[in-house]
Amino acid sequence: MTLKEVKEILNAEVISGNHDLEKEIKCAFAAELLSDVLALSQEGALLITGFTHPQVVYAADAANLCAVLFVRGRWPNEATQQLAIQKKIPLLSTSYMMFETCGILYEYGLKTCALTVENGQD
Amino acid sequence: MDKTDHNILFHKMFHIEGGNFTSAGLISDQVKKILKEAGIPKKVIRRASIATFEAEMNVICYATQGDLSLFITPLFLKIVVDDEGHGIPDIHLAMSEGYSTADEKIREWGFGAGMGLPNIRRNTDEMVLTSTFRQGTHLEFVIYLERQETQLPFE
Repeated sequence: MTLKEVKEILNAEVISGNHDLEKEIKCAFAAELLSDVLALSQEGALLITGFTHPQVVYAADAANLCAVLFVRGRWPNEATQQLAIQKKIPLLSTSYMMFETCGILYEYGLKTCALTVENGQD
Repeated sequence: MDKTDHNILFHKMFHIEGGNFTSAGLISDQVKKILKEAGIPKKVIRRASIATFEAEMNVICYATQGDLSLFITPLFLKIVVDDEGHGIPDIHLAMSEGYSTADEKIREWGFGAGMGLPNIRRNTDEMVLTSTFRQGTHLEFVIYLERQETQLPFE
């Protein structure tokens, strides 16, 4: 699935990185805590989150994630946007809730990138 | 830095201000840039960036200030962090996944899941952590450029 398809399926708006929409997304990871992003995501993942501070871009860049999709219509501030442009990490925003966003993408065949953890051990 | 001193190709120290959440990620970002420019393998950069980000957050969350030093040698990267602050009363407990003493403010900034130290251990090849409660914490970790079991910098 490409980022463009993610955009269309979720009726998402592209905040930045319009020229990178042909990027292939192999898997996705959803989290509200950057701790989880740093500990559990895998390289190349699409990050689905409601967290909009610039630190989300730093974390995505440190973990080599390919793009960030904000849920619940969340929109990052200028500092986050500028950092994302600098790091070449596309940002998108959808009005769907986290659960729906993940469910829809899963239905379309996008798989998880998260490392497995033991029950209750996250 | 013991017997490896003469092999240091690069060294830089960064100051980290405790409680300054708005600049969180800046130091690990600078470290990542340096490693990229030095031509370090991509996989090593990812591990180092993640471990450095976690270490940087620990200083911001739990210390008044700290210094993070990056050393590049032909065989490994080494990062040393010394801070002044809370310290860790029980290192064994702090190393267990999910254990956290984070407050609301730390969680607001997306951290404090109790994954930081275990995640540093997971992304590094050698890790040493010592702390004096109410004084500060010393953390150092090593990532080999290519896994070399025979080269142990802490021996």
